[in-house]
Amino acid sequence: MKGVERIRRLLGKETVDLLLLMVLLVLIFSFLSPRFLTAANFASMGYQAPLLGLLTIAMLAPMISGGLNLAIVYTANISGLTMASIVLAFGGPEAGTSAILLGAAAAILAGAIAGAVMGLIIAYVGAHPILVSLAMMIFLRGLGEFLTRGGDVSGFPAEFALLGHGSLLGLPAPLWLFAVVALAWQILLRKSRHGFSVYMVGSNIRAADYSGLPTRRTLVLIYTLSGVVCAIAGILMLARFNSVRVGHGEALLLVTVLAIFLGGIDPFGGHGKVLPVILAILILQMLSSGLNLIGANPHLSTAVWGLFLILVMVLRSEQFTLFKKRKGIKT
Amino acid sequence: MTSSDVTDSQQYALRLVGVTKIFGGVRALNNVDFEVRRGEVHCLAGENGSGKSTLIKIVTGVHRPEAAERMELFGETLDTLTPVIARARGVSVIWQDLALFPNMSVAENIAFDDMVGLAPRGVDYADMRKRAKAVLSKLNVSLDLSASLESLPIAQRQIVAIARALMNDSQLIFMDEPTASLTQSETDALLDIVRTLSSEGVAVVFVSHRLAEVLDIAERVTVLRDGCLVDVFPTAGMTQSRLGELMTGHVLDEKVVACDKQDAPCVFKAENLARRGEFNGIDLSIHAGEVVGLIGLIGAGRTELAHAMTGMTRLDEGTMHLNGQPFAPSSLRHAIAQGVAYVSEDRLQLGLLQKQSIADNTVISVLDRILNAVGLISGRQKNALVCDWVQQLGVKIGEPDDAISTLSGGNQQKVVLAKWLATEPKLLILDCPTVGVDVGARAGIFRIVRDLAEQGLAILLITDEVTEALFNSDRVIHMHHGRIVDTHDPRKISVNELETAIYV
Repeated sequence: MKGVERIRRLLGKETVDLLLLMVLLVLIFSFLSPRFLTAANFASMGYQAPLLGLLTIAMLAPMISGGLNLAIVYTANISGLTMASIVLAFGGPEAGTSAILLGAAAAILAGAIAGAVMGLIIAYVGAHPILVSLAMMIFLRGLGEFLTRGGDVSGFPAEFALLGHGSLLGLPAPLWLFAVVALAWQILLRKSRHGFSVYMVGSNIRAADYSGLPTRRTLVLIYTLSGVVCAIAGILMLARFNSVRVGHGEALLLVTVLAIFLGGIDPFGGHGKVLPVILAILILQMLSSGLNLIGANPHLSTAVWGLFLILVMVLRSEQFTLFKKRKGIKT
Repeated sequence: MTSSDVTDSQQYALRLVGVTKIFGGVRALNNVDFEVRRGEVHCLAGENGSGKSTLIKIVTGVHRPEAAERMELFGETLDTLTPVIARARGVSVIWQDLALFPNMSVAENIAFDDMVGLAPRGVDYADMRKRAKAVLSKLNVSLDLSASLESLPIAQRQIVAIARALMNDSQLIFMDEPTASLTQSETDALLDIVRTLSSEGVAVVFVSHRLAEVLDIAERVTVLRDGCLVDVFPTAGMTQSRLGELMTGHVLDEKVVACDKQDAPCVFKAENLARRGEFNGIDLSIHAGEVVGLIGLIGAGRTELAHAMTGMTRLDEGTMHLNGQPFAPSSLRHAIAQGVAYVSEDRLQLGLLQKQSIADNTVISVLDRILNAVGLISGRQKNALVCDWVQQLGVKIGEPDDAISTLSGGNQQKVVLAKWLATEPKLLILDCPTVGVDVGARAGIFRIVRDLAEQGLAILLITDEVTEALFNSDRVIHMHHGRIVDTHDPRKISVNELETAIYV
């Protein structure tokens, strides 16, 4: 087990534990279903996981900073809606590439604005992120339902399918999109001044203030960037489903929180890494795909996710560590 | 057992013989004896890490010793001590971190232990307030009973913690640095209470870094060093420096080092500074290489002045100059960029980010100095900067990535200094830099301060302790009710004269 110990130190305990867990899941599901360990299954996971992945990344920095962004899904919806209306205005299915790019830019702007408004209120009014983002979530939902009258918006050019269903170098296009965003966030959080400030704000905002960090600017940027990632998720949703409906992906909101806790982010802020969160997303995807393959009821996979989180929390708790020590169990 | 043995053991509130406690192979306590007589005021002295807290935790049943020849509470021999047993026998502790409830009211905090219980019953708020008030009046202070605890300054929270312990009729009270954040008059009031308790037969064990206070209040002092008992001494005839030597194991030299720096260039000059309700008419100049001590009671406006000097609050009136240039900082960041650094009085909450690493705490104010070509934080430069400062200031650390909370108070304060020195300030404001720092480490911090002054830094040293100001400043300024009332030359005034000037 010496090798495991060394890797664990290099990558961090969370990452290695999640990797081991992932291997375990692969073994169990490939034993239970011959179709699990196939290229088709992995490709299908590669198309499904990025949406949850992007939304989780949108949730990540707010949570490390000790906050929360409950408006992620509706920000994504509104951004998607912004893009859809521009594309439709430029001819719907006949819209050209420039219209699509313009729509994407507008979507990202819409997401950024929604995020920036939240950030400004959190930073300068001092309201709690839960309240602010909850209010924003309700506002965006209402706005979106008013604009769409609760229905679907569809009729987009065929190019959209490239992003939603295409592949590049043998890997699903959504996975590429997610990989790029995840890498950017890894660098942003671990290497940039802004990232440094995110962690400091999350562990003690007043001490960060007293150290001369621009804490308010940091908060505004955290939520603005969160809004930008929501917009990217919104664009992906649009491409995947070839339609926009306000409320689409609503169930994913709390799953992002689940993935973040599973990824070992300190619920009180200040600590956490990107890589374990990505592994957590993949694990959740494997659980749901695997259960689907062995013919379990789809609602069951949600229940299993919940149970899974409870199990992980117990295994990680201090009490359990003490219990293992008392019993002399080695890991 | 003879009858004399019985009376002998009856006269002790606490007797521990041959106690050893091991943490991860380290002997935190090594065969230590500790005795407290009934009604005695006893002092437990020693530097951080000498085993004081461990000893208290053994008495209160939090830790179980690896070996103990004998443990007695009020004449009763006990095989094991648990928190429940200790509490039932009348042992209580006021920890330094207070262990209070920030969002409950003062009255609720004081009467807390009366409110908890298994029986379902209502809370009699009127009675609770009456009792809380009675305890506070014993302490000779009045607080707004319905104010939430978090709205109070540290000094008043400390009083609440003490009041809470006094609510429970304990026979043996441990006080861990109870006066660390009290002013002299508050401290005096507390010491009076301690004497009252003692005369009523309650034994009080005092843990304090303030040696003057220790010698003033205690009858005997038990000195620990590196987990071993040095000895038990009567305080009669003991001097502060002798006690300091016993605790640290080496000789501390405390003498006036002041010299006249008025000819050096003026680094900071303030004229007629005023901020409504905080201070006014402040004229202050600090020269290169000069350490100016700023003393006064809590509430004199010292910290408020520092906040205004660092751009954290706005001035209502007055002008400031830094190195001859007009200086009107719009924010702390702005002030830092101009060359002003401020070491906060509250190291735990404001000075450091306790959850983060030593390295991150060191570089937090100078991120723009450790960037690589593309504007990202360079791990190599960060490490170099941290190692450089750790070495320069002699901070004892394990790994730079260890949490800052693993360091002792003195080493944490050195990291705070490192963090601010890295910003290359011209003016360094130290606000009570030795709170919670033990004797040996204090000397180390002031050596650094002197070195910095010699390198030409202008330093404003805000302190509660007269000796600290006298022995480490070139000039001592006395602030009272928001005004500067006097300036003293440490070479021309004695400790007693200065104390009289400030506290009487």
